[in-house]
Amino acid sequence: MSTPARSSDATETRLPGNLQANRRLSQWLRITPEGVVSLSPGKVELGQGIITALGQIAAEELDVDFARIRVIPVNTGTSPNEGVTSGSLSIQDSGTAVRHACAEARAIYLAEAAAELGVPVETLRVDDGRITAPNGRHTSYWALAEDALLDREATGSVAPKRPADYKIVGRPVPRLDLPDKILGRPRFIHDLVLPHMLHGRVVRPASRGARLVALDDAIVRAMPGVVAVVRDGSFLGVLAEREEVAVKAAQALAQRATWDERDTLPAGDALAQWLRSAPRETNVVEEHAFDVRPACTYSATYSRPFTAHAAIGLSCALAQWRGTESVAIWTHSQGVYNLRTDLAKVLGLAADGVAVTHVEGAGCYGHNPADDAALDAALLARAALGRPVRLQWTREDELAWAPYGPAMIVDLSAGLDASGNIVRWTLENYSNGHTLRPGRGSTPALLAAWHLERPFEPPVAMNPPLPGGGTERNAVPLYDFPRRIVCHRVTDMPLRTSALRALGAFANVFAIESFMDELALAAGVDPVEYRLRHLKDERGRAVIEAAARRMGWSARQKAEGRGFGIAFAKYKNLGAYCAVVAEVEAEREIRVRRLTIAADVGLAVNPDGVANQMEGGAVQAASWTLKEAVKFDRRRVTSTSWEEYPILRFSEVPAVDVEILNRPEERAVGAGEAAQGPVAGAIANAVFDALGVRVRDLPITPERIVAAMG
Amino acid sequence: MAERFKLTVNGAAADIEADGNAPLVYVLRNDLGLKGARFGCGEDQCGACHVLLDGHAVPACDTPLWAAAGKHVVTVEGLGTRGRPHRLQQAFLEEQAGQCGFCLSGILIAAAALLERTPSPTEADVRSALERHLCRCGAQNRTIRAVLRAAKESA
Repeated sequence: MSTPARSSDATETRLPGNLQANRRLSQWLRITPEGVVSLSPGKVELGQGIITALGQIAAEELDVDFARIRVIPVNTGTSPNEGVTSGSLSIQDSGTAVRHACAEARAIYLAEAAAELGVPVETLRVDDGRITAPNGRHTSYWALAEDALLDREATGSVAPKRPADYKIVGRPVPRLDLPDKILGRPRFIHDLVLPHMLHGRVVRPASRGARLVALDDAIVRAMPGVVAVVRDGSFLGVLAEREEVAVKAAQALAQRATWDERDTLPAGDALAQWLRSAPRETNVVEEHAFDVRPACTYSATYSRPFTAHAAIGLSCALAQWRGTESVAIWTHSQGVYNLRTDLAKVLGLAADGVAVTHVEGAGCYGHNPADDAALDAALLARAALGRPVRLQWTREDELAWAPYGPAMIVDLSAGLDASGNIVRWTLENYSNGHTLRPGRGSTPALLAAWHLERPFEPPVAMNPPLPGGGTERNAVPLYDFPRRIVCHRVTDMPLRTSALRALGAFANVFAIESFMDELALAAGVDPVEYRLRHLKDERGRAVIEAAARRMGWSARQKAEGRGFGIAFAKYKNLGAYCAVVAEVEAEREIRVRRLTIAADVGLAVNPDGVANQMEGGAVQAASWTLKEAVKFDRRRVTSTSWEEYPILRFSEVPAVDVEILNRPEERAVGAGEAAQGPVAGAIANAVFDALGVRVRDLPITPERIVAAMG
Repeated sequence: MAERFKLTVNGAAADIEADGNAPLVYVLRNDLGLKGARFGCGEDQCGACHVLLDGHAVPACDTPLWAAAGKHVVTVEGLGTRGRPHRLQQAFLEEQAGQCGFCLSGILIAAAALLERTPSPTEADVRSALERHLCRCGAQNRTIRAVLRAAKESA
């Protein structure tokens, strides 16, 4: 386990959410005499709107105006350690902690007020922080503000509000971060300027297995404005006074470097064969008895390629050394404590010699090179003699060297009885591990660490444990029939893989929901009806019915080249329910016209935030489904620009219509990863409906359609 | 070789000493401290760095400083401020059009150029004007709605 062991005091109360591991109230919030609530969650803003939602929860429990909430940037000095901002878990783990911490803080302040006003605590009312007694006497949080009051452990004994009493939670509060982004004000890490800052660029190896054998850097060192050329083994970079000089110097350096290269990558056209034959670890997830003999059986294989995160903003970090024992890092990492662990390992420092502060970056959609950039900056800054260094990746490196969502193949087979019902189901899939985040392994998971003169061994991607899983995520369908589910994690890792939004759920749900349609067709049953026939879960049935109703499924008009498809999943089988109906037009290429989504995230803390996440996730998944594949030869990734790695453009983006089935009494769960798998399944099913062609390998390009017509 | 260049940025005179081949985006961001133009690719492929150059939306990553000399540059900061946002910025706030927001500066600039030449655009006009702009978060539908709202409210 990489998390520090906690003392196992048997009398210690189990606290809700991430309060359990970060028990002091003062870690979470501060009330100031100036009338501000400083909220300090350990989860970071990625453009998903989390600081707004957590702020709503805090304002709700404290009974203060939302405008009084200030969210403190996450840092390793003072923030609670909430691990990584990932897995659609922030609302449930951090939100729960904030809810209970603020409820308890309110109770503490009310007890103080009751003593001061000389009235029983239960008679007090709170309105935007003003605390009033029945006799009209009053005080306020701000008048009582005293840090010592919250400098204590939570007890878990104060009940938060009932959802029926919510006034701020459940409302579409505008996002806290958007005004800066719309006005073009400095907010991103890229915008951060430190006094006497230098600009750094790294020259990556010429290919995946390349080693730097010779370097003629005299010309580069002599360029006006170049401060240093940095080399440590095959790690190569440059520092300059001006950014454009750093860019030019890095280009010149690349031309004067000689690399020893070799073939390390599998043949791109034999991916499935490689995945099936590479060394692996096998996980039998579920194995039911198959009691009923099927009348007939079907089988099919589905796949998705390596897929890039492809953020619009480049990875970036700043670093500044103080002496040789201490370095300060500014990063858009999703987990500052985990990053600190690996940085300390590579740099040979004690953990408290590395101070990591989060600054917002562009959307990341999973584990992108944010952490790698932090190490790059720290390594370059060693040559900066105490000056801060701002390091930014290039577009080419961002697409060529980032971790990818792993390629997957999914084999499915099923047996139907004489009435077409599924009586046995087998899923077997293969992929690299889905997470290789920093701070969890015995060696650092940071790119440059593997290129140093004394290199660290690159770790191999793992899968998160069940029930979430990685290759296993959503491998078990929510439908009710006997099944065998076997997942293989491939342990050779020629291309670095790690978490991409939804992990294995994307390929698994695409495969399961495509296959459900193939079986429905075989059984001669409408796809919506066929799903409902195999699904007892009431909330699951409700989203399928809602999506079909909203889109007008039963009255849909069949026309030449037009098709409709439905798909469904419950994310991780324990998160959000989501059903999607896709409408496509197929001419020379596939156009997705409309995605109709019904989702159930339990309590929707910010309904517009949920809708925004659903819409965005759906559009991104449509892009993965129709367009995206990382291309490579035997040595290097070749899809290194937006021309070679196209994503969906404005003219191609479908309309997205979202219905949220609000269930305020149900646990709030994340919305960012629920739509991806269902979108892929719905589009594939709609393509079949339009053309009578079943495409089982993503992306669904015109070439793939022609090939599937065979 | 560093030379001196004079240009007008957001209505103010700017006097820059730099290599004439330096991309305008670095000059704006680093010499003038205007961080609104975002750097996304450096190859005129994503649209994040667009600015208005004498009224035309151009990629600042692919425009050398010398080409901006003597001209009027408008960045997203020049469209409006917190107190007086541009009608597009107001509409983007009202529609909550954006997720991570990294693409928004370039999109706002392209939309401003569109409304200048086509005050009442159709949805197809908006999509076409924004075709060179990539948004990875998938906020395009909100963006289109926001541009149409801004056009309608000024009509």
